[in-house]
Amino acid sequence: MYKVKVFVTLKESVLDPQGSAVKGSLHRMEYNEVQDVRIGKYLELTIEDSVQDLDKSVREMCEKLLSNPVIEDYRYEVEEVVAK
Amino acid sequence: MRFAVIVFPGSNCDIDMFHAVKDELGAEAEYVWHDEENLDRFDGILLPGGFSYGDYLRTGAIAQFSNVMDEVKKAAQAGKPVLGVCNGFQILLETGLLPGAMRRNESLKFICQPETLNVVNNETMFSSSYEKDEEIVIPIAHGEGNYYCDEETLKQLEEENRIIFRYKNNPNGSISDIAGIINAKGNVLGMMPHPERAVSELLGSADGLKLFQSIVKSWRENHVLSS
Amino acid sequence: MSYLHEPTAEQIQEQKLYREMGLNDEEFGLVQSIIGRLPNWTETGLFSVMWSEHCSYKNSKPVLRKFPVDGERVLQGPGEGAGVVDIGDGQAVVFKIESHNHPSAIEPYQGAATGVGGIIRDIFSMGARPVALLNSLRFGELTSSRVKYLFEEVVAGIAGYGNCIGIPTVGGEVQFDASYDGNPLVNAMCVGLIDHKDIQKGQAKGAGNSVMYVGARTGRDGIHGATFASEELTEASEEKRPAVQVGDPFMEKLLLEACLELIQNCDALVGIQDMGAAGLTSSSAEMASKAGMGIEMNLDLVPQRELNMTAYEMMLSESQERMLIVMQKGREQEAIDIFEKWGLEAVVVGTVIEEKQLRLLHHGEVVADVPVDALAEEAPVYHKPSKEPEMFSQFQNEEAFVPTVESKKETLLELLSQPTIASKSWVFDQYDYMVRTNTVVPPGSDAAVIRIRETDKALAMTTDCNSRYLYLDPETGGKIAVAEAARNLVCSGAEPLAITDCLNYGNPEKPEIFWQLEKSTDGMSEACRTLSTPVIGGNVSLYNETNGVAVYPTPVIGMVGLVHHLDHITTQYFKTPGDLIYVIGETHQEFGGSELQKMQLGKISGKAPALNLETEVKRQKQLLEAIQNGLVESAHDVAEGGLAVALAESMMNGNTGASVELEGDLVSALYSETQSRFLVSVKPENAKAFESMNEDAKQIGFVTDNAVLRIDHENEEVLAATYDELHSAWKGAIPCLLTSKA
Repeated sequence: MYKVKVFVTLKESVLDPQGSAVKGSLHRMEYNEVQDVRIGKYLELTIEDSVQDLDKSVREMCEKLLSNPVIEDYRYEVEEVVAK
Repeated sequence: MRFAVIVFPGSNCDIDMFHAVKDELGAEAEYVWHDEENLDRFDGILLPGGFSYGDYLRTGAIAQFSNVMDEVKKAAQAGKPVLGVCNGFQILLETGLLPGAMRRNESLKFICQPETLNVVNNETMFSSSYEKDEEIVIPIAHGEGNYYCDEETLKQLEEENRIIFRYKNNPNGSISDIAGIINAKGNVLGMMPHPERAVSELLGSADGLKLFQSIVKSWRENHVLSS
Repeated sequence: MSYLHEPTAEQIQEQKLYREMGLNDEEFGLVQSIIGRLPNWTETGLFSVMWSEHCSYKNSKPVLRKFPVDGERVLQGPGEGAGVVDIGDGQAVVFKIESHNHPSAIEPYQGAATGVGGIIRDIFSMGARPVALLNSLRFGELTSSRVKYLFEEVVAGIAGYGNCIGIPTVGGEVQFDASYDGNPLVNAMCVGLIDHKDIQKGQAKGAGNSVMYVGARTGRDGIHGATFASEELTEASEEKRPAVQVGDPFMEKLLLEACLELIQNCDALVGIQDMGAAGLTSSSAEMASKAGMGIEMNLDLVPQRELNMTAYEMMLSESQERMLIVMQKGREQEAIDIFEKWGLEAVVVGTVIEEKQLRLLHHGEVVADVPVDALAEEAPVYHKPSKEPEMFSQFQNEEAFVPTVESKKETLLELLSQPTIASKSWVFDQYDYMVRTNTVVPPGSDAAVIRIRETDKALAMTTDCNSRYLYLDPETGGKIAVAEAARNLVCSGAEPLAITDCLNYGNPEKPEIFWQLEKSTDGMSEACRTLSTPVIGGNVSLYNETNGVAVYPTPVIGMVGLVHHLDHITTQYFKTPGDLIYVIGETHQEFGGSELQKMQLGKISGKAPALNLETEVKRQKQLLEAIQNGLVESAHDVAEGGLAVALAESMMNGNTGASVELEGDLVSALYSETQSRFLVSVKPENAKAFESMNEDAKQIGFVTDNAVLRIDHENEEVLAATYDELHSAWKGAIPCLLTSKA
């Protein structure tokens, strides 16, 4: 089995109102060292190792559904895991 | 004229859309479940608001893969009027029938209130019953209505006169105060405000009715011409 | 609370492990004598949740028995998921209010959201389509960052659930007082519409019929939630976090539609009940007990979200969005098909049996076998000692507070910006109050009004409770809470039908708290009888204390009224310049528990305002008749902050002003909170007819077109404020408090 960790983030150019709010809140808590906060999504996919082309498959999933290419970027990490 | 009101699991303005069309406009309407595979019998397609599939992952993201959406795309290609309101607009963006994407409201809060809109373009099948620059009051109710597109797209929308409605007092941070846009062909309209909630003075405004009347008027004109 | 090896029956007894679950020594002894042996771990769990205050009302039953529960229109009183009241034409209204205080104190967003989810299930399990949500919220003062956080998250949680499921949140109330600092109150109310023929009962009738589990899968969330709700909050409560469940409004939307489809289209449905507090345990035991039957369930068949769940965990889980239904034997597939269409599971998990036992099997073994009536009906009932607190006689004997007011205008502006009075649009603009397009009067007026499609009728609804008056004098305060709710409905043009109540109090084991509960329910009962608004259901939430300090006694009244014709719908806002302004009812110098007292002294004391129920009923009837005869343009109840605030509130639609002349003691005339008063405007041509019908009405002025509130006294102008001044004080107060640094 593979465990695929997908990170979906807003594109640099897109304003992130949630991130700005969290940054403001951290500043009010006097963590003034925080320069920027960007909020994204984290997804974990458990995928059978019988998959033909893992990378192709994951990329397709990310582009078709898991991220919205208009405003979001994605990256992923693959781990091999032993099935329980 | 016969309208399909598409119902996804989690749609919740389907009933409002149905009644607006049937009771207030006097046209025919039918609920169509998301797994329907043929929309040929309809003259117009309405994608209502709500939280299709819980709006999980992203608003409208999961609904785009429903069976019925292939049919909606076909109807759009055939030139039939397709109206997406609120979640319906979000679905149209996700399917790529309209350009751009939605972000969370600038305030990060859900906003439900009557909103004043400007009719920017009254020369479409959805807006011909309005005056140009007419101010109309239509309610909004959304948490993710903050419309975004890149500069190039925005330029294109403006040059092609495809921004149909603009907010008078931008409530959500939408780029260029955009409340509703149309496709290049002119038959797919997406808008965040709810015209189906503004069809009776008893409920505060009847300004949304003209939108539906415009669709019927255009259909009649085409229907008479082609027959 | 997952045990690899559950304690044995002997260990439970010897080590008194039942205490941790909330049973006391006597109760454990009683369980033992009922079943004739020592209960095992699972059985001890079943009794502990079913005998918790939350499920059994063991401490509050004696006071609940006092409520009038019958009426001509009442089709279903307390005892089922929700009460049902006839509204004619074969239709009925179903409504109930419920608390989710403890979960909201720990995890405000999910606590509030699941509170909304739970009350919606109570309504559709009766067979009704939910048409509106309301709420009643109490928080500490909006000065600490913790309170602000609780307030913002609770509102977001209510919005998140209600907006997604598509039921409009049309009304409610929010009040702030230091007594709620660590223990906010989150009460959610749902109103539904039903045809008489569809009314369901949560009963498991007919031996051999199938018990089916529908909806979301069971996980380990919320185990012992009902017990948790029956304890005081302490510093350690934060550690009990697992007791809070996560809501899934999308799942509930599907469950709602599937259940209504089943109820309306399938005559093989025998009974249906929500799995709310105490989940599978309470739904199965109550359904069996009400039908005089038993249930045998095989827990291996229960859809599970987590691995290796024990019988104890499954029975006590409070996972959300689940229902238990009973189907006629052999016709289970009809239910399965409907739920499948909505993408939901429906699974046979057991059978109705003749023997009045709840028998549970797990991995082929009987893991519990106890009498259903013992679980559902035979919890001990306690008549707790009651003692009048010293505070009460002090308040009664105290010299009446007489405020000194320098600037009448500044005082009014300051009153309008008190969070309890100030505009709550920051709150309700986050609620989708319009979805389903029936909301005729949105939040902000005295009551919300929802039209009933295909009729000329409408429903008016409100939640109400001024707990300050109850703190000073629970009996009078209890009467006022009911009377004020009715006043709100009458002002909207509705005939009050019935109430649901949510009794929020501190720890009833303290005699002074139990006294509050006793006295206030006395007052409420009397008011309900006089106003002909029976109690058709509700909920009790005790132990609302933080580190030993109780909240104000807060019996929230949820009331629904019938608007006989859409033409009767009335709002509080002045309509047309030239209309005459009347006050119905005289004013006395009554400042005990008033907004002005709180504002000037920072605390309240003295006597609550007096209430004469006969006068109240008379004025309400006369005003309603005038409204129904088309004689009234606007009507508003005179409440917190007195007449000056009521006048300002009636101008808040922004088109009109008012010019009035007041008599008698000016400060009282402006700010006193004397009860049973109404502020009304009337067209000049209707003045005579109106006056002849409302004997206590007195004209004080007229509506103007200049958007200014002008008040004269003894031929002298004493107050003049523009709409902009009034509006900005009123509208801006809450957003301003929320953004200011704590």
